[in-house]
Amino acid sequence: MNMQQAIKMTAAETALVDAYTAQIGDLPGDGAVLSLRDTLVHELKTAGLPTRRVESWHYTDLRTLLRAVPSADPSAFADRVDPIVAGSTVLSVRNGEADLKSLPEGITSRSYTESLLDGSAAAGLAVLGSDDAIGRINGGLVRGGLEIAVGEGVELEAPLEIQVAQSHGQAHTRFPVSFGAGSKATVLERHLSTNGDASFVSSVSDVTLAEGADVIWIILQQQGPADTHLGQIRFVLGKNAKLHVFVINAGGRLVRQELHGRASGEGADLTLRGINLLGGESHTDVTFTLSHDVPHTTSSEIIRNVVFDRAKGVFQGKILVAQDAQKTDAKMSCNTLLLSDDADFSAKPELEIFADDVQCGHGATVIDIDHTQLFYLLSRGIPEKKARAMLVNAFVAEIVEELEDDEALVEALEGVISAWLEKHA
Amino acid sequence: MLEIKNLHARIAEDGTEIIRGLDLTVKAGEVAAIMGPNGSGKSTLSYILSGREDYEVTEGDILYNGESILELDPSERAAKGIFLAFQYPVEIPGVATMQFLKVAMNEQRKYRGEDELTTPEFMRRVKEAAAELKIAPEMLRRPLNVGFSGGEKKRAEILQMALLEPKLCVLDETDSGLDIDALKVVADGVNALRSPDRAVVVITHYQRLLDYIVPDTVHVLYKGQIVKSGDKTLAHELEAKGYADIIEAAA
Repeated sequence: MNMQQAIKMTAAETALVDAYTAQIGDLPGDGAVLSLRDTLVHELKTAGLPTRRVESWHYTDLRTLLRAVPSADPSAFADRVDPIVAGSTVLSVRNGEADLKSLPEGITSRSYTESLLDGSAAAGLAVLGSDDAIGRINGGLVRGGLEIAVGEGVELEAPLEIQVAQSHGQAHTRFPVSFGAGSKATVLERHLSTNGDASFVSSVSDVTLAEGADVIWIILQQQGPADTHLGQIRFVLGKNAKLHVFVINAGGRLVRQELHGRASGEGADLTLRGINLLGGESHTDVTFTLSHDVPHTTSSEIIRNVVFDRAKGVFQGKILVAQDAQKTDAKMSCNTLLLSDDADFSAKPELEIFADDVQCGHGATVIDIDHTQLFYLLSRGIPEKKARAMLVNAFVAEIVEELEDDEALVEALEGVISAWLEKHA
Repeated sequence: MLEIKNLHARIAEDGTEIIRGLDLTVKAGEVAAIMGPNGSGKSTLSYILSGREDYEVTEGDILYNGESILELDPSERAAKGIFLAFQYPVEIPGVATMQFLKVAMNEQRKYRGEDELTTPEFMRRVKEAAAELKIAPEMLRRPLNVGFSGGEKKRAEILQMALLEPKLCVLDETDSGLDIDALKVVADGVNALRSPDRAVVVITHYQRLLDYIVPDTVHVLYKGQIVKSGDKTLAHELEAKGYADIIEAAA
């Protein structure tokens, strides 16, 4: 098709382009969406997947790391599982297909496939930049997902779990979610695999918070040990909006979770908390950018990593403070507990500040188990293996406890963490 | 119950010898006070008894109920009934106090081949012991020792001791940082545990604590050796005259 093809495609690149070609005529979209898809896949074909020479992919050379992509299997079917917090409203997307169901008053949803078909999805399909490989792959191949709107002033009592389950093959999903002024909600975006077969998953959430909205958004990634997970959340915070994003990576073979946000209204406040539980031969990357666009906005980021075996982890965090965004207060830290000599973690915190009256700071630490704490537990009769497990758990549980207002949620997340640690420690 | 024979020990990292031929016997039912100036090896002795790996025993032996404990790791010593109340209890953010207590009690029971406590039984024991020590339930809801005042930390140590029911209690400078009211509460807690089958080793710099926990024997530690032993009057003598005379006599 293209005579100036610049690169020799890798097996994974070929598989992605083939997946697109095989689905032409079947992928949903109006004229605008289909032509956009074509452009995105063409870019993928000519530029290839990003390598370490692309700055934002320096520590995750996707072209080298992504060795194979399983082919899409339209007959694939994933079972529904119980929500992580009992009593949650569950919206499930299984192998890319959304189940629609009745929702509590104040929330509406419709299938994202419809937005593709009527073209209203077109604007959101644009990539964030030339290095937005996740946006490109997802935009080219997305079939379904959910568009969700939480009405003005609506306070959801139970958490909303968006359950994205995959058995094998490929799934590409999108979730445009808007929170009306003054609304309050807890959303769990949960990605899981229902068996050990390899899946390739991309998912983009596009979240907007209107004035005064107060949202907890949890991304719980529990893919299988052979899976590739490419996730992205984009968010825009209006005036006095408050967003607490909590990323937990507890699965997957090759994982990149990107978070790109803007604090666009005065008084906006972002909290990012991340827990990376890494083991085996996995590679997990959390990449975060936040732009403080206007004065008087605040943010705080804490990432805690526990790395076993030969696992590799990456955190890139970039905070931009625009020239007129005076009185910005931003603090970022990344702490890593390396539990094996072969474990590896790269942290790259960055601040780009164009305003002069701001408070911004960042720090990264790598630590080992604290020997005084370990001795204290041993001296109470707790055997060493158990004592070490308690300290590893404590290192990450500390930031889960910040969600103390919702005991059931804290308990559920702590359960995910201790189950993972029991398997790996 | 405890027999320390010609013990020599050094700091593992740099080889500095701290304990230099220490002999001490403490019988069941006895409260023994170990006093000494700063740097005499008091805290080191408590760490060596509990098995901290930062110290190496180079000579001599420690017998507990007639058996050497040198080869046992700290958790085994604890499960066999040796308890150290820390001079500086360790803060562990992310570990809930109640969870810690339950794990410690049950792991010790498992080691001894006893059944684990049921949750109601565990709660009952904690509630009772906490009330005795005037420990508020809110304190137990916090992470282990985190945000506790100096006095709260020491009371929490005694609470652990009461719940774990050790046979040999070693109190390392338990009086440091306590005001007189807190000191009384802590001393009452220790006295309540005095029994014919339990021994207590009270390590202290000052005589003050010994007004409340009255010892049967007093031993003066200097440069890693016991240089003088006596009864409780020795503590008063030290309070009045200081360590200088005894040290001189020993030298």
